[in-house]
Amino acid sequence: MLIPHPLLGLRDAQEFTYLGDASLLNRPDASSPDAAVAFYDYVYLRDNPAGVHRELWFHEQGDRSWLIVTRNTLTHEILNAELAFKSAVKSEVLA
Amino acid sequence: MTRLTGGVIDHETALRFTFNGKTYSGRKGDTLASALLANGVQLVGRSFKYHRPRGVLSAGSEEPNALVTLRGGAREEPNTRATVTELFDGLVARSQNHVGPLHRDVMAVNDLLSPLFASGFYYKTFMWPRAFWEKLYEPLIRHAAGLGRLSGEADPDAYDKGFLHCDLLVIGGGAAGLAAALAAGRAGVKVILADEDFQFGGRLLAETHQLDGMPATSWVTAVMAELSGLENVRLMPRTTVFGAYDHGIYGAVERVSDHVSAADGEVRQTLWRITAKRSVLAAGATERHIPFPNNDRPGIMLAGAMRAYANRWAASPTRHPSDPVIIFTNNDDGHRTATDLLAKGVPVTAVVDPRDDAPTFGAYELITGVVDDTKGRLGLTSVRVTQNGQSRWMPCGALGVSGGWNPNVHLSSHHRSKPVWDEALLAFVPGKDLPNGMIVAGAAVGQGTTAKALRSGMEAAVSSLAALGISAERIDLPDADDTAAAQTAFWHVSRKGRAWVDFQNDVTVKDIVLAHQENMRPVEHLKRWTTLGMATDQGKTSNISALAVMAELTGKSLPETGTTIFRPPYTGVTLSVLGGGDTGKHFRPTRYTPTHQWSASQGATFVEVGAWLRAQYFVQPGETHWRQSVDREVLAVRRGVGLCDVTTLGKIDVQGPDAAEFLNRIYCNMMGTLAVGRVRYGLMLREDGHAYDDGTCARLSENHFVVTTTTANAALVYRNMEFARQCLWPDLNVSLISTTDAWAQIAVAGPNSRTLLSRVVDGFDLSNEVFPFMACAELTVCGGLRARLFRISFSGELAYEIAVPARYGNALMERLAQVGADLGATPYGTEALGVMRIEKGHAAGSELNGQTTAQMLSLGRMVSEKKDSIGAVMSRREGLAQDKRRLVGFRPVDKSEAIVAGSHLFTQGETRNTTTDQGWITSAAYSPHVGSSIAIGFLEEGDARMGEVVIAANPLEGREVRVEVVSPHFVDPEGGRLRD
Amino acid sequence: MRYSGFRVIKEALLGQKGWRPLWRDPEPQPRYDYVIVGGGGHGLATAYYLAKTFQKSRIAVLEKGWLGSGNIGRNTTIIRSNYLLPGNEPFYEFSMKLWENLEQETNFNSMVSQRGIINLIHTDAQRDAYRRRGNAMLFAGADAQLLSPNELREMVPFLNYDNARFPIKGGLLQRRAGTARHDGVAWGYARGADMRGVDIIQNCEVTGMRIEGGKVLGVETSRGYIAAGKVGVAVAGSSSRVMSMAGMRLPIESHVLQAFVSEGLKPVIPGVITFGAGHFYVSQSDKGGLVFGGDIDGYNSYAQRGNLPVVEDVLEGGMALMPMIGRARLLRSWGGVMDMSMDGSPIIDRTSVDGLYFNGGWCYGGFKATPASGFAFAHLLATDRPHETATAYRLDRFARGYLIDEKGVGAQPNLH
Repeated sequence: MLIPHPLLGLRDAQEFTYLGDASLLNRPDASSPDAAVAFYDYVYLRDNPAGVHRELWFHEQGDRSWLIVTRNTLTHEILNAELAFKSAVKSEVLA
Repeated sequence: MTRLTGGVIDHETALRFTFNGKTYSGRKGDTLASALLANGVQLVGRSFKYHRPRGVLSAGSEEPNALVTLRGGAREEPNTRATVTELFDGLVARSQNHVGPLHRDVMAVNDLLSPLFASGFYYKTFMWPRAFWEKLYEPLIRHAAGLGRLSGEADPDAYDKGFLHCDLLVIGGGAAGLAAALAAGRAGVKVILADEDFQFGGRLLAETHQLDGMPATSWVTAVMAELSGLENVRLMPRTTVFGAYDHGIYGAVERVSDHVSAADGEVRQTLWRITAKRSVLAAGATERHIPFPNNDRPGIMLAGAMRAYANRWAASPTRHPSDPVIIFTNNDDGHRTATDLLAKGVPVTAVVDPRDDAPTFGAYELITGVVDDTKGRLGLTSVRVTQNGQSRWMPCGALGVSGGWNPNVHLSSHHRSKPVWDEALLAFVPGKDLPNGMIVAGAAVGQGTTAKALRSGMEAAVSSLAALGISAERIDLPDADDTAAAQTAFWHVSRKGRAWVDFQNDVTVKDIVLAHQENMRPVEHLKRWTTLGMATDQGKTSNISALAVMAELTGKSLPETGTTIFRPPYTGVTLSVLGGGDTGKHFRPTRYTPTHQWSASQGATFVEVGAWLRAQYFVQPGETHWRQSVDREVLAVRRGVGLCDVTTLGKIDVQGPDAAEFLNRIYCNMMGTLAVGRVRYGLMLREDGHAYDDGTCARLSENHFVVTTTTANAALVYRNMEFARQCLWPDLNVSLISTTDAWAQIAVAGPNSRTLLSRVVDGFDLSNEVFPFMACAELTVCGGLRARLFRISFSGELAYEIAVPARYGNALMERLAQVGADLGATPYGTEALGVMRIEKGHAAGSELNGQTTAQMLSLGRMVSEKKDSIGAVMSRREGLAQDKRRLVGFRPVDKSEAIVAGSHLFTQGETRNTTTDQGWITSAAYSPHVGSSIAIGFLEEGDARMGEVVIAANPLEGREVRVEVVSPHFVDPEGGRLRD
Repeated sequence: MRYSGFRVIKEALLGQKGWRPLWRDPEPQPRYDYVIVGGGGHGLATAYYLAKTFQKSRIAVLEKGWLGSGNIGRNTTIIRSNYLLPGNEPFYEFSMKLWENLEQETNFNSMVSQRGIINLIHTDAQRDAYRRRGNAMLFAGADAQLLSPNELREMVPFLNYDNARFPIKGGLLQRRAGTARHDGVAWGYARGADMRGVDIIQNCEVTGMRIEGGKVLGVETSRGYIAAGKVGVAVAGSSSRVMSMAGMRLPIESHVLQAFVSEGLKPVIPGVITFGAGHFYVSQSDKGGLVFGGDIDGYNSYAQRGNLPVVEDVLEGGMALMPMIGRARLLRSWGGVMDMSMDGSPIIDRTSVDGLYFNGGWCYGGFKATPASGFAFAHLLATDRPHETATAYRLDRFARGYLIDEKGVGAQPNLH
């Protein structure tokens, strides 16, 4: 597979390490009363869609940036790749 | 000899080769198959199950019969298709899968017993008595099964792998592929043209068609000359593109030196990963046969192959030049074989064609009928021809069979696209959702006439480039034949007797009938029940015929009956080349520590620790057992001073105004409160609450921390910290970098360590008051060398770790050993390190194995309640919080006994099973300090069981030891030594 | 119809005319007491034991493709009970005991071949870990043997002992482990279930679930609505898709695992060998093909196909371990969708929906579990209590923290 790194262009997927669903960006608030349930959901439950999937890849053999890659799990087609850092900052601002 | 004239071989260059020990002569340009045929050799092998005598069926990579073992010794290569083996001088080949000589195979008795061996028979028997399966039945089956034999020796050849990139990959160098490559090549884009054959041209080499009134080979020669002159075109003969992978990546194997007798240091094969923006699949088509009784005899071959042998290789298919040839075809193309062979002077006596309206193209007898039986056990002698219910036997030395052509759609379905049935072509053609960027051209998409192949290849290239935004000019194509070969849907001859569908695996029409009778009707059940299509040709010559027979039985249409999706590889790929030559010591890279050379000079034995090689122990003169070395090293540290390279531990630099807050969230314990110039032990949890990694964290300045990790987790912890920084807390102003490789780090441990270090530091005060236990500092040593000093101890002794830029590691180690000689400075390795950490009760990999918790490690109180950190919430789950196993120490009751790691712990007198299991020994060693074996391990409620004697049971090695539960701190439990 | 050697001979003499279909192709009934979703190994075994052992009737197995088309149809055929943790080992040993009697039980030769499995040891720490595991196996009633380097060399002389990047220091052997003919397992159970009245309905895809008042009433299928007393889902890689029809999210990700087979060769590898310093395991089929595999590709996928890097990685391991296989050829590769659970261990449990039961999360180790999984799932469906060897396979263990994490890698499915 080739991953379109937003800064570096197409890079071989072998340079990356895969983590999983991009919902891992949304770490729950540990101080909330339902933290135990929220963390269970966060750590263990997955949509696991057959189709479009937002997921985290780490450019370990490259610039060490975490990417959010939007990929179709049925066809492996990659629809988008963005820096997780920017996305995370954006969502914090919005929150 | 049945060598003809003409062809695309060099008649002047003779090549000698042997087959089954007999020497023959071939020509340059021959394949092994064409050379054997030209020598009148028809019998070349035996079938898999019935050991039926078999001859060459095809002229390409689809060959199911002519499999030989090539070369000898460690280079022996089983199951090699003679039809694609380029002949070289000195080639040695043997037939395979027979007992006794090829023409008198003892195993042919199977053929007589064939009624017993109907499809699926083995699922119905061999069940009694139970133990006989492994002891009797299976060994017999295994012995009989298999084709060729491996030599048992390591492959001595070299292999390589590499990457290639192009705008257009053209797969197949026949008419369509050459037109595509030429159009794209002239447009100036990067083109790769790959073909599995050693000569480009494809079927153009095998036919007598003319292009622009000239032999097709002249056009091929001219095109190849032009393509060779284009710098943007890479020609890759002998290269099989075997798989279409994601995002335009294709796997290909180039057979670099398989066509020479000795590679002379060159690699044998290269694995290419070709990244192509677009691709044209021009893989041609494969002829199918027509099943009829006894259709598997040597001398019966595909009509197109027969034509190829005559036209390209000047080889007649018969054993003797005067033997008559007959063609059995359901289409016009089969007739071409008759006319071409006649033109070569081969006596073709008849063409048998079931079509009432079959035309005649030449001076041969046209029989409207079928071939429905044959004779000639080791080579065809006659065939039975039935016409209007009248049968007659006709002498025949070779029979060409044509049942139409199947487009080679394989790569187009590697992304699970289903081929679709084309009723006009009577064949499956590529369906929808092909691999991205792929266009199929030529016979592979049913554009089988020369003119159509040329045009579709060129158009495919033009369209491919257009998709890239490049406008390529259409090239002038030569005038070529455009007569479509008419055919009829005639799939097999129904008559009593065995009609082979899958030649190699001996699957006959009867087997398909039986599968139908037993309700094994879905195509996948059919395949699996009968083994149809599972031979080395993967059904290239059999699948469609089988589907047609099943369709006839079920009354469904052929496409309703099923399609087959193809998976990589297109043809067999040598395992060695997929490994790419990274064998032996080169399997994985080796990481050396900065002091490797010095360690080697000190007599170190090295041990693999992940990718690292670390000094395990240093054998001194007179030491004959590793324990002597290790005990000496341990005592040297405890009594004097020892030196150990600990560079492999992970080091992560953490800098920035929010570094302290960041580390608070990474470590389960409080780290932000750490004072500048101090070090703290830290424990990291995984987000699921289990213990993950431990190490030290040093604060060099307000905004600068250095985190150490275990060797095993160095990369992983860094990855996780980057995840936390970029994904979880991007608002924190903090930067990270792994400096594991940048700093060499040496542990200087033992009562004399301060004295020793004082001899290398540049005026730095090492006194306990100024630089106490858990202090750290940046300083210079040896007269100006930048260094970092940490007063930390893994051994429990007064100890330091000193870090210098990696390139000075070896020099610093030499210096320390030199200036510390009078202090007893002793290098120690990982074994002594391990003994001392067990003596001190420190957790390492066996305790931090990912299944344990902070509580189990008796570090539960480190998990701060005052703050959130990775894993804190989940560590409070019931199952973790209520886990009562604790890390404790163990001493054998009988000091002479040794405790072994991996032993399980049981209460004395209790029966021993999974439910009474109380824990296990994680680490054990002989402690020269204690004077006996010691161990640490996890025990149910271990912290409350001090002094109890439990059983460390190791039935795996027939041993058990009574052990006393003790504190895991065997040395200096109060920690006085490391604070002195 | 009973299968036997006598019958094979008789039919050979009578022209094979007497063989009957292995199973019927029934039309779906409007209602069943038990509907098993998924006609793979686990689903078929569940139906078989429900009918045979638990004497239940009115059972259907719904399969969207052809029976046995799931991971039972493409795997590396290894059976073993060499697990470490108490939640797992008794279950897999129970499975092994069922394997040992499978052919006599189903009257179908699934070619269970106890040729042994060897896990190679490359470091001292690995030996300690395997010693712990081997002892755990013995305490659970399984067999295990720690091999010295010399014993190992005698058993499998063809490994790269002398020039290995990671030296081979011994192995953990389970002699009773081995391989089974994967299709034969599916067919044996299917035929046995069919004979006992189970309706195996092929080409019947479940498209929805009818749930009212917290209770499942039946399933919508491509062949119409089918009412059910109880619904058991055993669909491996499709677990998340099917359970989402009941509104559930699972601690499961779907990943692709590739496996490989070489061209047929005369016998060369006696049992199953597992490399301990790379991702490679291999056995040789009765037909002579080397059957081997390695790691999953590592990214979520339902594509049933993988990529080249894993092919290379597997063969790098293979060539490092046994360079004598180098001149053989890869014949075929395939990719299956694995239901990778969050702790690497399976789930056999009731769900929050009354009457809906789930069996999944087998990762890439489901084949060896087939008999016990079917038995335990049938036990649960029939009695509403977990089988004694499957009590740890609860769905709530993730929330409560009772994980069964053999590898100790935590909640990251692609590492299990």
